[in-house]
Amino acid sequence: MAVAARKAGRAGSSAAGKSTPNKTLARKAAPNTPQFDKAQDLAAYHEMLLIRRFEEKSGQMYGMGLIGGFCHLYIGQEAVVVGMQMATKEGDQLITGYRDHGHMLASGMDAKGVMAELTGRRGGLSKGKGGSMHMFSKEKHFYGGHGIVGAQVSLGTGIAFANRYRNNGNVCLTYFGDGAANQGQVYESFNMAELWKLPVVYVIENNRYAMGTAVNRASAQTDFSKRGVSFNIPGEQVDGMDVRAVYAAGQRAMEHARSGKGPYILEMQTYRYRGHSMSDPAKYRTKDEVTRMREEHDPIEQVRRRLLESWKLSEDELKVIDGKVREIVNEAAEFATHDPEPDPSELYTDILL
Amino acid sequence: MAIDILMPALSPTMEQGKLAKWLKKEGDKVKPGDVLAEIETDKATMEVEAVDEGVLAKILVGDGTDNVAVNTPIAVLAGEGEDLASAVASAKMPDLVAPPAAAPAPVSAPAPATVPAAPAAPAAVYDAGLEVPAGTEMVNMTVREALRDAMAEEMRRDGDVFVMGEEVAEYQGAYKVTQGLLQEFGARRVIDTPITEHGFAGVGVGAAFTGLRPIVEFMTFNFAMQAIDQIINSAAKTLYMSGGQLGAPIVFRGPNGAAARVAAQHSQDYAAWYSAIPGLKVVVPYSAADAKGLLKSAIRDPNPVIFLENEILYGHSFPVPVMDDFTLPIGKARVHRQGKDVTIVSFGIGMTYAIKAAEALEKEGIDVEIIDLRTIRPMDTDTVVASVMKTGRCVTVEEGYPQSGVGAEIAARIMEKAFDYLDAPVIRVTGKDVPMPYAANLEKLALPNVDEVVQAVKAVTYR
Ligand SMILES: Cc1ncc(C[n+]2csc(CCOP(=O)(O)OP(=O)(O)O)c2C)c(N)n1
Ligand SMILES: [Mg+2]
Repeated sequence: MAVAARKAGRAGSSAAGKSTPNKTLARKAAPNTPQFDKAQDLAAYHEMLLIRRFEEKSGQMYGMGLIGGFCHLYIGQEAVVVGMQMATKEGDQLITGYRDHGHMLASGMDAKGVMAELTGRRGGLSKGKGGSMHMFSKEKHFYGGHGIVGAQVSLGTGIAFANRYRNNGNVCLTYFGDGAANQGQVYESFNMAELWKLPVVYVIENNRYAMGTAVNRASAQTDFSKRGVSFNIPGEQVDGMDVRAVYAAGQRAMEHARSGKGPYILEMQTYRYRGHSMSDPAKYRTKDEVTRMREEHDPIEQVRRRLLESWKLSEDELKVIDGKVREIVNEAAEFATHDPEPDPSELYTDILL
Repeated sequence: MAIDILMPALSPTMEQGKLAKWLKKEGDKVKPGDVLAEIETDKATMEVEAVDEGVLAKILVGDGTDNVAVNTPIAVLAGEGEDLASAVASAKMPDLVAPPAAAPAPVSAPAPATVPAAPAAPAAVYDAGLEVPAGTEMVNMTVREALRDAMAEEMRRDGDVFVMGEEVAEYQGAYKVTQGLLQEFGARRVIDTPITEHGFAGVGVGAAFTGLRPIVEFMTFNFAMQAIDQIINSAAKTLYMSGGQLGAPIVFRGPNGAAARVAAQHSQDYAAWYSAIPGLKVVVPYSAADAKGLLKSAIRDPNPVIFLENEILYGHSFPVPVMDDFTLPIGKARVHRQGKDVTIVSFGIGMTYAIKAAEALEKEGIDVEIIDLRTIRPMDTDTVVASVMKTGRCVTVEEGYPQSGVGAEIAARIMEKAFDYLDAPVIRVTGKDVPMPYAANLEKLALPNVDEVVQAVKAVTYR
C-alpha cells in the first residue's frame, strides 16, 4: 500500500511532469517538461477528448447489450497514445493489445468503423468478425488489436524487422502493459531487436495493474524502463498523464530508433480509471485511489486548464470543441446501432486466400 | 424527454444481477460520469454511471433487489427543467424482476443397477449408474462450486497439492473457481503468478518432477497455447523418455472453448488437440458431480491430466452426492440417458445440445441414448461400441472443429469395432470450420445447435 501511494504521487505528480531517465542507459538527460504551443494543446485536447467520449459511449453501449464479450476501456490513459502519435511521421506503424480503441482513434481510424466493430456489424473495420480486441487498418498502419497478452511484442518487433529489411525509415511503435512485460517472448524480442538494431519503440503502458494484480505483486523489477538493461536497450520513465512529457520522450525515442541505433523503451506511468474489462470486482484498489488520480492527474483536465489559463480560450470555445467531439461519437454510435449484422455468407470468407 | 436507465450487463454471460445500492436519490441532479448505483453479480461488483445529464426523477428498482434482468428499467432520468411527474408517467414501468434462474433439468435418476443386457454388448461395460450408492443424499451445486470443493478437499488431504495461476489467489480466480482457497490454505499453496504461461507451466512441471502435485490454472486454455511446449514436450513425454523414472503428476485446468462473443483468439476448443498426445489424460466434465469426482481423481493421478472446463457451464447447477470422498474413474464414459434408436456421443458443453435434441426427438417418437464421454483420453470405446451395437446409429456432438476432431476419432473407432452393426454412417455435429467470429449472428452460426443435432439424428434414422 505504501508503495502504491508513493507511486501515485510520482505517476502523475506534476504540472512539471518530469521524465526520469534510466541513469545507466539514457543517452540524454530529459530536459524540463517541454511546453506546447496553442495548436499542439488544441490538437491534443481534441484527440484525448474524442477517446474519452468514445470510451464512455462504449461503456454505455456495453451496458445496453449492444457490445458483447470483452471490452477494455482506455479511459485515463489517453495522453499516452495521443502524445506518442504526435511524435510519429507518416509511415510509422503501431501495434497493441486488446485495450486498443484509443490507439485506433489516435491513428486516424474512422470512429464509425471502430464502433461498428464493437457492435459486430458489417460496417465494422473487421466486418464485424474481430470485435473490440481484434481490429486492424492497413491504411493507417495499425497492425492490431491482439487478444493474447504479449503476442504483439514479437509481432511489433517483426514489423520493425521489415522496416530495416526494406530500409524504409519507418519505426514501429509497440505498446504493451505492465502485465504483458512479464511474458517471455518480450525478452526474446528485446534481444533480437537490439542485436539487429531494429527500429522499434517499446511503449510499456504501466497503468499499475494487470487485471487485479498490482505491479509489485507480479514484477521483481518494477522500474520497467530498466527491463532492457541486459540487452543494452536504453529506457526512460515518463509521466504518462502529461501529454507534453509523452510527446517529448516520444521524440527522443523515435529519433533514436529511426537513426539506426536500435530499440528504445518508454515506460509510461499512467492509470486506468475503469475496471480491467466490463466485469471487474474492483476489490484490488480503493475508490479513493481512483478518485485521487481522476481529480489530481487527469490528462485531459491538465490540457483544458492550459487552454483556459495560458491560451485564454473561453468556456464557450471549449464547449464548441466538446460539441464537435460528441457529434463524432454520437454519429458513430448511431451508425453502429443501425448498421446490419454481417451477411451469413461472411462466416466462411477470409479464412484462406 | 424522460430517459429510462436500464440495468446494464457486466459481462458476456450476465443475464441478471442484484441492484446493491443507490448512490443518488430521487430528485438529485446528475451529470455524465456520476455514479448512480452499484450492482453485483456472483462474479463482480460494478458502478452504474450516468450517461446523460438530468434529474433522477424516479427509482424503479430499490436497494437490495436480487435477480434484476439485464435491460430492465431501474430508474427514470428527467431532462433539465422537465416536469418530474410527467416524466415518470411517461416512462414505462418494469416488468419487475426476472424470475429466479430456472431450475436446471435434473440429471436423470441414477440408472438401475443392472443395465438391461443389450443384445451383443460386451459383458464388462462400465456402469456409471453404480458410482453413487443408492440412497446417497444429493445437494444442488454449481460446476464452479464443485470444482472449488474438489480442490479444497484434495488440498486438505495432501500437503503436496498446490494451485497456481493468474489471479487465482487474491482476486479469487478470474472466473471465481478458486474462491476462498487463499483464505483457507494461505499464500504458500495458492499462488498468484505473473502473466507468464510458458514460464509457470514449466515451473509446475519441474515441481511435479520432484513429486509435488501442482494444479496449474490457465485463465483460459486459449492462453495455454503459450505454454503448450512445456505441456507436451516436458509434461507428457518425460515419463517415457526417462524409461519410467520420472513423470509429472500435474493437473492443467481452466475454461476451454467458446464463452460468449469473445471472438477467435478466446474461443477455441482444445479437446481434440490434447487428446492426440500420448502421455496425457484429457478430462472434459459436463455435470457438477462429474467435475468434482473427476478433478479429485485427476489431482491424485500420477500422470499429467488436462482438465477442460467451460465458462458457460460454471454457473449451471446439478445434484452432487454428499460423500466423504467422492471420486470417479478417469477413462470411463457415463450413459446419461438410455434409448434404443440412436446413440449420441458428446462431452462437456456439447451435452447441452445433445440433451435438448433428445427431448425434442422423444416427442417425435425417436428414443435417443446419450453417452457423456467425460474423458477424451483414454477414450472409453467399450461403452460407445456397446451402445452402437444396440442402436446401430451414431451422431457425435462437439463444439470443436470438424477436421481431426473428437467426432472423427469416435467414427473411426466405431468403424473399426462395430462396422457390421451400423445401419447408417456416423454423422458428426461440430463447430464450423472457421475461426470464431465476433458478430452475434455469425457466432451463432459457427457453433453447433440443437436443430443440427435433431437433423443429424433424423438423417441416421432415415426419418
Ligand atoms: C497469454 C494471455 N494470458 C492471459 C490473458 C488474460 N488477460 C487479458 S488482459 C490481462 C492483464 C494484462 O495486463 P496489462 O498487460 O498490465 O495490460 P492492461 O490490461 O493493464 O492494459 C490478462 C491476464 C490473455 N489475454 N493472454
Ligand atoms: Mg496494466
